[in-house]
Amino acid sequence: MRFLLDDEQREFARSLDAMLTAADTASVVRAWAAGDHGPGMDLWARLAGAGVFALAVPEAYEGVGPLPVELAVAFTELGRHAVPGPVVETVAAAVLLADVGGPAAKEWLPRLASGAASATLRVAGCGPYALDADAVDAVFTVSGDELRLAPGPGELSVSSDPARRLLRPEPGGELLASGARVAQAAEAAARWAAFATAAQALGTGEALLRATVSYVGQRTQFGTAIGSFQAVKHRLADTLTGLEFARPLLYGAALALAGGVPDPGAAVAAAKVTAGEAGYAAARTALQLHGAVGYTQELDLSLWLRKARPLRDAWGTPGACRARVLADGPAASEGLAH
Amino acid sequence: MDLSWTAEETAFRDEACRWLRANVPAVPLPSLETAEGFAAHREWEARLYADRWSVVSWPAEYGGRGVDIFRWLIFEEEYYAAGGPGRVSQNGISLLAPTLLDHATDEQRARVLPPMASGEVIWAQAWSEPEAGSDLASLRSRAVRTDGGWLLSGQKTWSSRAAFADRAFGIFRTDPGAAKPHHGLTYLMFDLSAPGVSVRPIGRLDGKPAFAELFLDEVFVPDEDVIGEPGQGWRIAMSTTGNERGLTLRSPGRFLAAADRLAALWRTHGDPSDTALRDRVADAVIGARAYQLFTAANASRFAAGETIGAESSLNKVFWSEYDIALHESALDLLGPDAELAESEWAEGYVFSLAGPIYAGTNEIQRDIIAERLLGLPKGRR
Repeated sequence: MRFLLDDEQREFARSLDAMLTAADTASVVRAWAAGDHGPGMDLWARLAGAGVFALAVPEAYEGVGPLPVELAVAFTELGRHAVPGPVVETVAAAVLLADVGGPAAKEWLPRLASGAASATLRVAGCGPYALDADAVDAVFTVSGDELRLAPGPGELSVSSDPARRLLRPEPGGELLASGARVAQAAEAAARWAAFATAAQALGTGEALLRATVSYVGQRTQFGTAIGSFQAVKHRLADTLTGLEFARPLLYGAALALAGGVPDPGAAVAAAKVTAGEAGYAAARTALQLHGAVGYTQELDLSLWLRKARPLRDAWGTPGACRARVLADGPAASEGLAH
Repeated sequence: MDLSWTAEETAFRDEACRWLRANVPAVPLPSLETAEGFAAHREWEARLYADRWSVVSWPAEYGGRGVDIFRWLIFEEEYYAAGGPGRVSQNGISLLAPTLLDHATDEQRARVLPPMASGEVIWAQAWSEPEAGSDLASLRSRAVRTDGGWLLSGQKTWSSRAAFADRAFGIFRTDPGAAKPHHGLTYLMFDLSAPGVSVRPIGRLDGKPAFAELFLDEVFVPDEDVIGEPGQGWRIAMSTTGNERGLTLRSPGRFLAAADRLAALWRTHGDPSDTALRDRVADAVIGARAYQLFTAANASRFAAGETIGAESSLNKVFWSEYDIALHESALDLLGPDAELAESEWAEGYVFSLAGPIYAGTNEIQRDIIAERLLGLPKGRR
């Protein structure tokens, strides 16, 4: 029993944080939202260079994974810096292809690991969209027990977070694999997507809390910093409490995915709903405590504010996650335990 | 990162589980906030002590097994999973004992700890006063020097368990001229049956005498019952409240067992179409796991030699609000029987309502979180 990150994992977080801080992700996000994928794909290459995507790809396909604890570390940082693009979906596609195996896995996985290719996917039952399908090299779709490569990105729908570009992939396309194995692999892929999204949501909440703590320490009203008022302090204290109790569930889910339990579904669902809700609660707090200036798209805070709600709902709504947690029975704690 | 147990830890769990399954009373004991229930719980403590299960983390010489924090967590999981009774000696073993282990003399430990562990002496706390609650340092009860000891005078209140307990511990003003309110205080233990002590039980919300007022009129306390140096009471007491809020007051095992009971109640009484209530039951299951894992992380830090400071305020806010939400969900599942005073969940519900108030109100805890963990400026309380 040692439920702590080791020195190497902490260092990995610090190095990603430093890299992303220097990358000025706010301008990357704004470009991505405007349909200019150039700066985003430059950042993608650097993330791949840091080994982020290889974490999801098995060694047999030139990756180092799957390493869920390291993925949680990485995706928390990606969330903290609001990194745009189908980062979660690329992880999920890697899990899907590795589980299905065959020629598609051989063709795509080494390129996903190295960053030479990016991917997104749509899984029937997890919503009609493939995130950022117009920016990637491969759009995978799973319907029933068929895995296909979509013939085109499809039609764009505008998200409430403009940096999330929602497309309905064109139907049909090359059949890559079929059979019960595909359906099972899709279920696993959706689980890893939920897990990585939970980490992103946690990081998004951390960034919103940090920005708000900084703001209320500087903003003066009635002759004093508004951060000295109890109404302000207590709201921020509750926001921190929410995030700090989501974090252990995220790493509990990571260990479950690493093989700690036969079915990690409940552990991932618990992490997803808790991190999603905590991230969104942080957004509400950030908006309220920034006041009117927080309600503007001009302030970079908006890039995080608008992301928190979609992340709460993507790859498993709160209701679906809670239902999943209770589905295991009879002993409630057993489903999540090791 | 590793959440697995060693073979030795698993063997310890199995041993605890076997003993508990064989010994935990089949019929729940009467409420420990009644005279009859208090006596029954005291007998249960003696049974635990006889087989060295009452205070597993204490050194063997005082009746414990000297186990580390992980095995304490394991024991607590098994204890509550087996339906173990509430601990009537809780104030003593989780508040006073850590203070004694850190600050008392060998003589005091040898004299006080074993009868505390066996339930022979049940301890009440004497912190709050009518005019000193959250602002504890403003307390006015005093201890005046006399030959061979101190004379206590004043009034304490909200003293949990004092209606039936044997002894009490708290802090008293020994130097009224000290420069600051939290200077000049001394940590003392005293007999609730000593001459000059009047105990007036207070009915809590459901009428049970769960706490009491203490009126003290020149109560003699011998020097041997002073803990640490006179004048150091505040510092010593804060180390106690640190424990109280931290890892040892409410173990995850307690909430895991309660969440399991709630989930079972949902399966027998729940309406599957009531997704709002389903979500709250799921949140109770998730919250218990979150608390277990949060504690595992802090225990890992503790085992690695780090100290747990203001983070314990996150803990206290979380479990106290969690406990109320869990019981409210249970009451909602009981429907028309929810309001029955003797329902299986009634006692726990009433008890949970006090959680955000005692052990430092949640308002004080949020101030601590904001100022010490987030670095926000101090302001008026």
